Amino acid sequence: MWIMAARRILIGIFLIWAVSAFIFLITQILPGDAAELILGQTATDASLEALREKLGLNQAWYTQYLNWIYGLVTGDLGVSVAGGSTIADLIKFRIGNTLFVGGIVAVISIPLSLSLGLTAAMMPGSMIDRVITATTLGLIAVPDFFVAIFLILILAVGLGWFPSVSYLRGNEGFLKSLYVLTLPIFTLVLVVSAQMTRMTRAGILNVMSSPYIEMAILKGIPRRTIILRHALLNSIGPIINVIALNLAYLVSGVVIMETIFAYPGLAKLMVDGVQTRDIPLVQACGMIFCTTFVVLILIADLATIVSNPRLRHPK
Amino acid sequence: MKNELEKDVPETDAYEELHDVPAKSRLRLSWIGKFCLGIVIFWIIIALFGSYLAPYHEAHFIEEDLTGNEFDDPSFMSPTRQVLLGTDYIGRDVLSRIMWGARTTIGISFVATILAYIVGIFLGVTAAVAGKWTDAILSRSIEVVLSFPSIMLGLITIAAFGSSIPILIVLSGLIYAASVFRIARALSLDIIVQDFVEVTRARGEGLWWIITREVLPNIAMPLATDFGIRLIFIILFISSLSFLGLGVQPPISDWGSMVRENLQGLANGFSGGAIATIAPALAIASLTIAINIIIDDISAHDGGSLSGKMV
Repeated sequence: MWIMAARRILIGIFLIWAVSAFIFLITQILPGDAAELILGQTATDASLEALREKLGLNQAWYTQYLNWIYGLVTGDLGVSVAGGSTIADLIKFRIGNTLFVGGIVAVISIPLSLSLGLTAAMMPGSMIDRVITATTLGLIAVPDFFVAIFLILILAVGLGWFPSVSYLRGNEGFLKSLYVLTLPIFTLVLVVSAQMTRMTRAGILNVMSSPYIEMAILKGIPRRTIILRHALLNSIGPIINVIALNLAYLVSGVVIMETIFAYPGLAKLMVDGVQTRDIPLVQACGMIFCTTFVVLILIADLATIVSNPRLRHPK
Repeated sequence: MKNELEKDVPETDAYEELHDVPAKSRLRLSWIGKFCLGIVIFWIIIALFGSYLAPYHEAHFIEEDLTGNEFDDPSFMSPTRQVLLGTDYIGRDVLSRIMWGARTTIGISFVATILAYIVGIFLGVTAAVAGKWTDAILSRSIEVVLSFPSIMLGLITIAAFGSSIPILIVLSGLIYAASVFRIARALSLDIIVQDFVEVTRARGEGLWWIITREVLPNIAMPLATDFGIRLIFIILFISSLSFLGLGVQPPISDWGSMVRENLQGLANGFSGGAIATIAPALAIASLTIAINIIIDDISAHDGGSLSGKMV
């Protein structure tokens, strides 16, 4: 097991390196360079040269890459092209907001979708199962912003219960922030739970079709007992896998959600950065999101290895 | 020549069974599947001919009503007989823009899916056939692509290159080529070890023959059912980018950007503007849900979702 896990972790490290190389590469293949981008086309050669000197753009590409990596690790992410403030400050302010929403969404959607998935798997073909399957299929098949728009239309415009823009000043209490954030949280919960419910259902049904369960059925054990006592324990690995994968999906969901609700989170910062072509900012945010994504998927894989006795004790 | 051959074949039941064509039952859709097929065909027709059928050009501003009186404020008008779905945030006909947008949204997604398939199948089959090292290098590189959330790859690439329709097509085509690669490679690996391929090898056929005559025909059917799923993902991906303002650029209409542009109208309710946001969103949703249900229907007859009915 340790060898397998170690190999998986090494692959994870390799992937993070590859991601960083790719993100760095973007600056290198840009037409012109960051100095021209910052100063615009009217800049004189002298001022361009001075800025290049300051940003370290005169060095060889590998020195630049190492400097960038060093900056990422030590938290010195450089200066934002647009605002002039340091990227580290911008991110520090925003990342808490994103983690706050992400955390609440995880806390709600994990138990919700596990129980829904379990219910659906307990009585496949029943009315409840069909409703759950159809609803989740519908939610997956539509764009994330579609869900958000309908929630806004019904809950904010129609009924007027919640605000449709999630602007936080930072001095609200927990409950007040929660109230302001109801719609974005609700949107993300729906989107993420739909995936997770389906995967949970599929995971359990997969276990249910294995020979030992068939044996239990033939022995006449009630379905509920089979699922709770025999199938559930063996689905724990796949379920942890599902949870980690879906937290990874949150990464993309959060981009749409923060844009539609104008929520000052990290993803909004990144999207704004892309629009103003603030490359250093986009690189830093992209690196944070992608690393999170890789780490979550790594956890998902490790969970599968650890929870499977056949992988834990290879012959 | 062909006719003579057909004549020679005895018309027996045994021959029917040997026939290569998949059984008819495979394409029998339930009524809801047929309904969804209708929706998809409807959107394809709109995508092909919408720009000719639309009452206005996608960039046309509605300035005066049918009798020639000028509007004070043509933006976010409610539906009238002149503008069936109302106008958008700067006074363009929503219906016309949806009809024009069908071409952009469906067209870009379709071309991107084709690109994803060409690149993905080519690399996937190559990886399976060409041997250990090529396979290892290709598979690792594809893993790197898959270790990005696709929206992040989109954001980073667009930050560097800006956004234009060719870039959108290449970008989404290449991102989703990675998943096609995995499927194509896995399917080809199954074929490659079969006896009939070994016989071909022993006969001395080259790599090209094996790929085109043995592998590709055998993986075509499973890949075809996957096409719809990939198309949905690409439609959603491109719409999301457009929704973020990073996809199709104005004045070209596209369903995703229409939702974004008219987002402010949502707060006005149905009397003014909400339709301009909801209509394009519904257009995307109807198309993707319909494709999804058709695939589900087909795979149900194929035995794909039978596992759900078992136990």
